[in-house]
Amino acid sequence: MDWTTILLLLDSTLRTASPLLLACLAGLFSERAGIFDIGLEGKMLVSAFLAAGFAYATGSAWLGLLVGIAGALLLSAVHGLASITFRGNQLISGVAINFLAAGLTVVIAERWFRQGGRTPQLDSGSRFTEITLPLAETIRPVPVLGPIYAQVVSGHTILVYAALLAVPLSWWVLFRTRFGLRLRAVGENPAAVDTAGVSVARLRYAAVAIAGLLCGIAGAQLSTAEPAAGFVRDMTAGRGYIALAALIFAKWRPWAALWACLLFGFFQALEARPDIFVRLFDLRVPSALLSALPYVLTVIILAGFVGRAIPPRAGGQPYVKER
Amino acid sequence: MPDPVPAIELRGISKAFGPVQANKDISLRVMPGTIHGIIGENGAGKSTLMSILYGFYRADRGEILINGRPTAIPDSQAAIRAGIGMVFQHFKLVENFTVLENVILGVEDGPLLRPSLAKARAELKALAEEYELEVDPDAIIEDIGVGLQQRVEILKALYRKADILILDEPTGVLTPAEADHLFRILRNLQAQGKTIILITHKLREIMEITDRVSVMRRGEMVAHFRTAETSPPELAEAMVGRKVLLEVDKTPARPGAPVLEVENLRVVDAKGVERLRGISFRLHAGEILGIAGVAGNGQSELLEVLGGTMKATGSVRLKGQALDISGNALGRARRDSGIAHVPEDRQTRGLILDFAAWENVALGYHHRPAYGSGTRLDLAAMQADARDKMQRFDVRPPDPFLAAKSFSGGNQQKIVVAREIESAPDLLLIGQPTRGVDIGAIEFIHKQIVSLRDRGCAILLVSVELDEILSLSDRIAVMFDGRIMGEREAARTDARELGLLMAGVADTAAGRAA
Amino acid sequence: MDRMPRWADLILVPLISILLAGLISGVVILAIGENPLRALGIMVSGAVGSTYAWGYTLYYATNFIFTGLAVAVAMHARLFNIGAEGQATWGGLGIALVALYLPWPHWTLAMLGSAVAAALFGAAWAAIPALLQARRGSHIVITTIMFNFIAAALLNWLLVGPLKPAGTMETATAPFPPATHIPSFRDMFSFGETILFRSTPANIAFFVAVAACVAVWWLIWRTRLGYEIRAFGHSEGAARYAGIDATRIIMVTMLISGGLAGLMAVNNTLGYSERLILNAVEGAGFIGIAVALMGRAHPFGVFLASILFGILYQGGGELQFALGIPREMILVIQALVILFTGALDNMVRMPVEMIFAERRRARAPIAAPGPARSSPGHMTPPSDPGKPAE
Repeated sequence: MDWTTILLLLDSTLRTASPLLLACLAGLFSERAGIFDIGLEGKMLVSAFLAAGFAYATGSAWLGLLVGIAGALLLSAVHGLASITFRGNQLISGVAINFLAAGLTVVIAERWFRQGGRTPQLDSGSRFTEITLPLAETIRPVPVLGPIYAQVVSGHTILVYAALLAVPLSWWVLFRTRFGLRLRAVGENPAAVDTAGVSVARLRYAAVAIAGLLCGIAGAQLSTAEPAAGFVRDMTAGRGYIALAALIFAKWRPWAALWACLLFGFFQALEARPDIFVRLFDLRVPSALLSALPYVLTVIILAGFVGRAIPPRAGGQPYVKER
Repeated sequence: MPDPVPAIELRGISKAFGPVQANKDISLRVMPGTIHGIIGENGAGKSTLMSILYGFYRADRGEILINGRPTAIPDSQAAIRAGIGMVFQHFKLVENFTVLENVILGVEDGPLLRPSLAKARAELKALAEEYELEVDPDAIIEDIGVGLQQRVEILKALYRKADILILDEPTGVLTPAEADHLFRILRNLQAQGKTIILITHKLREIMEITDRVSVMRRGEMVAHFRTAETSPPELAEAMVGRKVLLEVDKTPARPGAPVLEVENLRVVDAKGVERLRGISFRLHAGEILGIAGVAGNGQSELLEVLGGTMKATGSVRLKGQALDISGNALGRARRDSGIAHVPEDRQTRGLILDFAAWENVALGYHHRPAYGSGTRLDLAAMQADARDKMQRFDVRPPDPFLAAKSFSGGNQQKIVVAREIESAPDLLLIGQPTRGVDIGAIEFIHKQIVSLRDRGCAILLVSVELDEILSLSDRIAVMFDGRIMGEREAARTDARELGLLMAGVADTAAGRAA
Repeated sequence: MDRMPRWADLILVPLISILLAGLISGVVILAIGENPLRALGIMVSGAVGSTYAWGYTLYYATNFIFTGLAVAVAMHARLFNIGAEGQATWGGLGIALVALYLPWPHWTLAMLGSAVAAALFGAAWAAIPALLQARRGSHIVITTIMFNFIAAALLNWLLVGPLKPAGTMETATAPFPPATHIPSFRDMFSFGETILFRSTPANIAFFVAVAACVAVWWLIWRTRLGYEIRAFGHSEGAARYAGIDATRIIMVTMLISGGLAGLMAVNNTLGYSERLILNAVEGAGFIGIAVALMGRAHPFGVFLASILFGILYQGGGELQFALGIPREMILVIQALVILFTGALDNMVRMPVEMIFAERRRARAPIAAPGPARSSPGHMTPPSDPGKPAE
């Protein structure tokens, strides 16, 4: 087994894990407030497209990011309208949003760019570039830690670091603030929040909006953060669902979400490099089967064979005052 | 001496839910520092009225005055600001939060939790000492008993500086001892100058603790009394609108052979709590055995086990044949062996509200040859059968194509009773036969039960209404904490003796002598 | 209390929803600089203007009937089966195995054998999520989504590996032997010189789909099992009280649902591609959700909605030819239909209810509103198919 390969693998694990992580935390806020969100995929996709499209048009990755977030927020608003205001089925709404995103992105991309549903290549000026952390080169010679810092930790785009930072931030918001207390309460027993004189709908909209914001960043990362250089159709490729899987795996907890996403990111990194599997374990695993691993794991978790995952109690149910 | 300004005055409050008029032009004055009872039957509109006062619902019309000032209460926040606190019948607590977190929810002192929690901890301690309301602030709600949960609800209201406290049916889930403790707390609160509104349908509680009482009937406020100047019969009459015949017309039972023999029945729930702790009794043909007890002492579990929807250990014999009690999907086997079951909750068990009446009349019997051959259902036969049964049980309107949800509570219950009695069972299990049922239907249902007994059916009656148990049963067993505390001949006991047993006071010498 | 007449519930509300979806789709088309009316014209003539067009429209519709019925049956038990895609994928696998590895003397037998295999394989793929739901309470929506991905991955592996004939580059199995080829519409409806449905994929499986509609209607409203499925879907507590075994209902319903989804492969794999190709289902499993919601989970509604979606699908392809609007426009319309008929149902329903309540009040100022009527044979599906069963 060779050290460079491992470092490479870890490096790409961190990169693939971070959009998963952002989407997973998005789902976490939404579901902790009692709103199921299987539309993570669609929100990411719309943001990925808009971010790339506007980054190309304006030459600014940051402007692209903002527009991407706005697009994801718009879909969040649709989801909120359906599941909070009109008390519709949250799962059906999520399914609709995913299709809407899959269709609209291609239709509009074709109209704008005429490149078969993709955006033009972004040059390095209009995408998020990789950052070398301070002292990376200085520490590199230090055994073990040096290369890990220089190669794995350093050298990512700012969005990767934002994703990592979002973990403690989410934890703090949920468990150390008034907003977090109310948000968790509304996902467990909305009637308790209502009788305490706090608006259930406003809290849930806030949670859904946070989910939109995080999905927006995740999407922008997929299309505008190096090494990505543009949008291609259906580029989320099921990441929204893997993020949901990670959320269940993590039992709706922020720190556990980090580990779950790193694990699933690791699988994705491996999938991209089947040769590594051969070298590491002397085993030829078809990459098609490797790609199914997160889903298989999630089913096993859901079956309760590896610790039971108990979702927020009011999850999925619209709030109706009882008669 | 003129009355002082009322703490609460309601003027002309009306509220409709769709076509149902829950409150009609209601007026009420509650004097400060008093305990004011509001009594009425189930569905009389008491809870709706109080939910309006607490801002949980909005009134369609009417005016609310707090301490003489007209006050708009569009939401619970406004009610809290006006000094009103409410303890709902179904607690509004977040089950996996701590006591402390529940107390501060909605009235935190700033965007960060830590200072709020610290402040609440200190204040809770003071409140606990002042009002005898001790509770561990760090306990998780789902780990503590209902009595303590109720205490947390009261603490929530006090922490919000409530001067007016509304309690909706607070003793429904309490044992008599816990209820006594609650009343001590309420008197204590009254002594500190709080105004208390107690909603109940139990006359005894009104007489025991209130200063004044208002009576509601069918959405209207029909009478106001000073408690000292009224009597239970007068209140009961005001509640139902005419002289109540609590006595059911029936001849003494002529018990036949044993039909049901239950021995050492035990049930452990999902949390590992023992809900039935060794129940044994016998029930004979042509006899009504009433099971009395405060709700939640194992009566529901007993019905579920006998009805085939809950697992248990021990032995149950029906006419000498052992019944399988090892599964929770045995409802069909039970019916086939001659057990009919009117469940406690017709809305979520006994009926499928979206189904038409004719589909409901077949519920549980849909596999019988009368309703078709092989896998096929004979819709015409089902509809004819339903029309017939609905006519004989005076279901109004007798239209089998109406959805179950569009019948009144009493008529819904008649559909269930018709279905179960008409199956000509050897044993009828019947839970809360008249809960939420109007007086006319109550009499009808009671008559049907007695007549079924006289035809030789064994009847197990579970009810939390002691009056119903006393007037229908031939024999009475009292359950407390998953055990049978004692058995009495109905003719030789009274509410007082049964009340002691319901409170868990073990069988007395007097009882054994009887 | 019902707040409006049944015809309004069954026809008016869905119609308004579809019009809304159509309107917004029109706005999208307008926004990308095309004329929505012209697009509509092209779609309609491209989908129903000739037997050639019908040959495609009905082929697509057949797929959607199967998956729509699959979703609808599960909905009656308040189970939300998002896994029709994966179950249909497995149905194709079942057909490929029996068509390739068993000797068939005649197409009738081959079709029968294939249908059985497709249904069994589809049912098998639904069985595990069903069992996990029934026994472990694992949310069937999430597990069926996961199973879609797992099915796709498995098929991908099989088609690049074990099932791929040596020496070919395509990810597909070998062609099925001629004895397994079932009649296409062209074979069935061309007489002498008049050749109808020339080179179109519609085939005899369409009639299997129609038969399946009738069978499902019979199952749901005329059999004891259907009664139990509906009872379970409306009230789990009442079903248990009535002696209906939850595990059995969840399992049986999902097996039927998966079987119906699997049957789709008779149309697309046995009837059209005549070999198993990658991504043969092409999202029909998901369109089944739209179709079931739009058809109010009633087989006749599913049939109509499937035809409509068949038109949409075929017409949408024409759009790409004529106007250069990508096929993905269909996804947008599909999404809007799901959104308005499913998730935003109340948004449409509440104003309609209010209008009827007003009219009733105007007509009978004192009398109580007429009670709800419920008649045999028709029923709105359980309001919340996504709710997990206990």
